[in-house]
Amino acid sequence: MTGHGHNATHHTHEPQEPQAASGYLASVDPRLRVAAAVLLAVVLALAQGFPALLLGLAGGGLAVAFSGLGAAAALRRLLPLNAVLLLMWLVLPWSTPGEPLVAFGPLGIAREGLRLAAVVTLKANAIVLWLMTLVGTMEVSVLGHALSHFRVPQKLAHMLLFTVRYLDVLQQEYLRLRAAMKVRGFRPRLNRHTYRSLGYLAGMLLVRSFDRSERIAAAMKCRGFSGQFWLLDHFALSRRDAPFALVAALLLAALIACEIARLL
Amino acid sequence: MPEMLLRLTDVHFGYGPQRPVLSGCGFALAPGERVALLGANGSGKTTLLHLIVGLLKPVSGQIEAFGRLRTVEADFHEVRRRVGLLFQDADDQLFCPTVAEDLAFGPLNLGRPRGEVRQIVAARLAELGLSGYEQRITHKLSGGEKRLVALAAVLAMDPEVLLLDEPVNALDDAATARLVEIVNRLPQAMVIVSHDREFLQQTTNATLRLCDGRLIGLPRLASPVACPPDRSGDSDARPQ
Repeated sequence: MTGHGHNATHHTHEPQEPQAASGYLASVDPRLRVAAAVLLAVVLALAQGFPALLLGLAGGGLAVAFSGLGAAAALRRLLPLNAVLLLMWLVLPWSTPGEPLVAFGPLGIAREGLRLAAVVTLKANAIVLWLMTLVGTMEVSVLGHALSHFRVPQKLAHMLLFTVRYLDVLQQEYLRLRAAMKVRGFRPRLNRHTYRSLGYLAGMLLVRSFDRSERIAAAMKCRGFSGQFWLLDHFALSRRDAPFALVAALLLAALIACEIARLL
Repeated sequence: MPEMLLRLTDVHFGYGPQRPVLSGCGFALAPGERVALLGANGSGKTTLLHLIVGLLKPVSGQIEAFGRLRTVEADFHEVRRRVGLLFQDADDQLFCPTVAEDLAFGPLNLGRPRGEVRQIVAARLAELGLSGYEQRITHKLSGGEKRLVALAAVLAMDPEVLLLDEPVNALDDAATARLVEIVNRLPQAMVIVSHDREFLQQTTNATLRLCDGRLIGLPRLASPVACPPDRSGDSDARPQ
């Protein structure tokens, strides 16, 4: 098609596609990936002992190697999380009650506080690594379908799918309106005119989204929609999924064993 | 007279009492007919198409489709299956993530088995020269591609009548030429709304103009640009 910029021979996704991972994990059945990510996240969120947390983090690191993401990209994505965790390191050791290691007058750094901060840091990094490698590498539409296989309420799955589909359309609409404001000399300042104009912009976006949703609903009705989505694609488990399932199951078992050993 | 696919009789419609849009529209569509529907911006062309498939209900007047009077929502379920409406903005129509899923949406709603749906999808894409587009992401297609995929999605329902709302709006010359070629290959009777005279000349064989809420049959595209001053109660126009 002689379109605008896009090329008909381009059958795969454009390079700007954010989730363009091609590692082994990306080829695993999405349902398995979602299930493994949820189970690992739950177990890691509940874990308190360092052996389990370190094992979980190491496993997450290994997952990065098999995800095709690249270590640098993975670390970059962990940065914002650890910026928040840094704040916690500044607060928790001082504010947790317990036996002080070092005391400065009335203030002291408590051993319990340091331990807690370490636990939270390990936990958060491990969980994010797993979600990033297993779920973050998935097209959101695939995630939507995988969720509907898990009996996630249809409405939620639909909302996810529609959000994915129309986020870009709304973004374009916003940018068009914003550009139209700009060419008429609008520059945001700290004054009433700015607030009012931005209010109009937000309002106009809402109204347009509402209109669009009505047109979409009409178009769906024209094609016989009656509240039920039928999935064209069925996921299929294959032999390639077996190593992943095995490793994930072993890791889960090991994490749980670590925690039980700690409690005994 | 041959049996008409669609027949509108004295249809009135307005968005609230202050804004009457159609005041006594009538027309009939015969098999094989390709009607160009002209009219000024806001004259009610899209409204008319939406009335035909029951997305809007007339204030008064009758809508017949395939020999039966259609009044309530349930009547229009069958009409929507047999009359395919192509929306003005393809983004309104393409809401599934991938092209294949979007084409499959209609047939799956009609309860067709998956194997058959896959065949329909492949066949429609092939007919429009879009083979290989199955897994493309709909919102990343170009404007022309979106229009063609939306048309393929309508054709996947196997309609007997097509209503095309500004099909070449915002398409470049090459995309328009491609659409002309495709439309001329399709067997369905059609109503085409467009402001592109050249496109209408190449694709239609009859002309209607919407003037002040009424339909007027015109000799083939030899119409004056403005509405005729004299509106002589022609409330059941036949395209000429």
